[in-house]
Amino acid sequence: MEQIKVLVGMASCGIAAGASKVFEKIDSLKKLENLPFELIKTGCVGMCYREPLVEIIDESGSYLYGEINEAKAVEIFEKHIKNSEPIKEYVVKTNLFSTDDESYWKGQTKIALKNCGVIDPENIDDYENQKGYAAIKKILKENISQENVIQTILDSGLRGRGGGGFSTGMKWKFAYNNKSDKKYIICNADEGDPGAFMDRSVLESDPHAVLEGMSIAAFAIGASEGIIYCRAEYPLAIIRLNIALEQSRKKGYLGKNIFGKQGFDFDIHVKEGAGAFVCGEETALMASIEGERGMPRKRPPFPAASGLWKKPTNINNVETFANVPYIVLNGAASYNKYGTEKSKGTKVFALTGKIKRGGLVEVPMGITIHDIIFKLGGGIQNDKKFKAVQLGGPSGGCIPEYLADTLVDYDSVTATGAIMGSGGMVVMDETTCMVDMARFFLDFTQKESCGKCTFCRIGTKRMLEILIRITEGEGKEGDIEALEELSYQIKDNSLCGLGQTAPNPVLTTIKYFRNEYEAHIKDKKCPARNCKKLLTYTVIEEKCTGCTVCAKNCPVNCISGERKKLHVINQDTCIKCGVCFTKCKFEAIKLS
Amino acid sequence: MRVKRISIEEVVASDNKTVNLGLLDPVIAKYKNKKGNLIPVLQAAQNIFGFIPREVFIYISEQTGLNLNDMYGVATFYSQFRLKPVGKHIIKVCHGTACHVQNANVITDSLMEALRLNDGETTPDGLFTLETVACIGCCSLAPAMIIGKEVYGKLSGKIAVNVVKEIQLKEKK
Repeated sequence: MEQIKVLVGMASCGIAAGASKVFEKIDSLKKLENLPFELIKTGCVGMCYREPLVEIIDESGSYLYGEINEAKAVEIFEKHIKNSEPIKEYVVKTNLFSTDDESYWKGQTKIALKNCGVIDPENIDDYENQKGYAAIKKILKENISQENVIQTILDSGLRGRGGGGFSTGMKWKFAYNNKSDKKYIICNADEGDPGAFMDRSVLESDPHAVLEGMSIAAFAIGASEGIIYCRAEYPLAIIRLNIALEQSRKKGYLGKNIFGKQGFDFDIHVKEGAGAFVCGEETALMASIEGERGMPRKRPPFPAASGLWKKPTNINNVETFANVPYIVLNGAASYNKYGTEKSKGTKVFALTGKIKRGGLVEVPMGITIHDIIFKLGGGIQNDKKFKAVQLGGPSGGCIPEYLADTLVDYDSVTATGAIMGSGGMVVMDETTCMVDMARFFLDFTQKESCGKCTFCRIGTKRMLEILIRITEGEGKEGDIEALEELSYQIKDNSLCGLGQTAPNPVLTTIKYFRNEYEAHIKDKKCPARNCKKLLTYTVIEEKCTGCTVCAKNCPVNCISGERKKLHVINQDTCIKCGVCFTKCKFEAIKLS
Repeated sequence: MRVKRISIEEVVASDNKTVNLGLLDPVIAKYKNKKGNLIPVLQAAQNIFGFIPREVFIYISEQTGLNLNDMYGVATFYSQFRLKPVGKHIIKVCHGTACHVQNANVITDSLMEALRLNDGETTPDGLFTLETVACIGCCSLAPAMIIGKEVYGKLSGKIAVNVVKEIQLKEKK
């Protein structure tokens, strides 16, 4: 039994789904019966739709159990751990037999996520057992030059995974070429795109990979200080990063003369963000580290020339850094064999929204959106009709169903009007209103605009006003054109990425779903039956019991009817607030 | 937009309760004269008091020489900082894209109704503050909310209200 390893997935999402209780249950049983198997807290394997997950590795192989609660945990403990009888019907992944979830794993290639859900993120030895820190050690042992490290990254074709898609090797080269007594490495962990959570997952599940990636970058450009700028909304990531930093310092992997190399000084600390989306933009991020309001500034000078505290600075995203150790250790060719001509390697996508299997998938660049959603993601929830997918968060756009064969690489996605962004994929079905989606994103960017550029500050506000009007049935002829005009103005006249991309959700929805805008404006109808104000509320005669709840709660007293008799809504005075619909216990209010 | 005009009353004195400014001394000792210290100092202060009372701004400024104007500018720019007292439990309802698509509005609406307050307000008994937040990164559990350190996922309006009512019951005991 000493051979048995039991791993419980304990990243934020697993914990939210109840993994702590499962862990405690198994732990208490283990102690009660004094059994010698190994019980480990691990991170996230990306199979979020099956959380909480428990993996058991024994002599026969590996079994990943999904949707485990305390009762099932007891069952697994009794049957599998104690009596070596795996419970097949709970297994979602194994190397021994096929499962319903097999297609979720087929087609995935794990590089950035290779250790996630495999190792204990709070144990540096676990990371080292998976060839962790072997890449940086290889560089130092084989005396690989800074130029050669940079050349390897250039050859690998790795591009920034945070959204911009700029060549990582080029960035490093620029920072390397700028001579200075002090240089900085910054890890951008201010993952602000709503709908993307791969960076959180990497930080929570494999923090050492990020630290190693940063150390390699530090060696390559000659930096002595590293900063991880992490969202304060990710408390567990911050805790695990700090544990990892402490362990690395103890081993001599951070600090002075690290890895025994004389003169290689590098240390990292975590800087907590304070809640501003715009700080994901690199110049705003640096302003924030310097203790100022997070407002972007003009580039050039680029951070590689004059960044944090006016020193050469290299900024990469979490996922980018997580790819670096693999590339250095296995060579550029092992990475650039995946992907398309201009987009090499793999990319992590966060699949969310109306999809059956929500979670994190890492796929080679160049597979189609359709394959990700239907083969890996299992299709649309409740088998509804797939309508569109939002890629790239508030800076991205909606790609309609008929373009689902678009390849996922930087250039093909950009051609549709969306952007690759950080890899958030929010899937929408026929019940999602595209005008409302555009309004939702504009509401977000409008609030998050730092206010520096007039076009972004005021333009987004005007656009939002128009969109709200349209969704409330007050749309006018000419609104679509006004939105387009404003969009181009904002794109052209904003300093940073936030403003330059803020209109994308509006432009793409107009491009692909103009008919929905027109239905809202001309016919005052919401085809997806989503915009409250455009719906009609009526009482279903057969279902109404005359309980009077709707009438009592109606804020404008437009519902009449006696107790135990049919109630009627006066359409002329109804303000369409929807209170009657939510209050009715008999589902007797109909939306149309 | 992050540039807000805030009337001076919003930087409230902390209900006439005396603020133990001495609690700030270790924070000030740690960060004084370090570059880039402004945000960490304010974060630490907020961790102590739950929000940043007026006298805390003034005290930090006096002790560290940080410009009051800069501090105020930063405190109003970042959404993390609060200038008003908050409830004991802060309910953060996620309104990220995935949660929005899965009807996060219903969660907020139900909680507003159950607690009889608006988004951003605190209950009169000081128990709950209701907030709307951007993505908390638990998209696969949408719609989700955070209370304290606990994340609640796959909510419906009813489940969310029940969670809050349970906390209410525990507090009354």
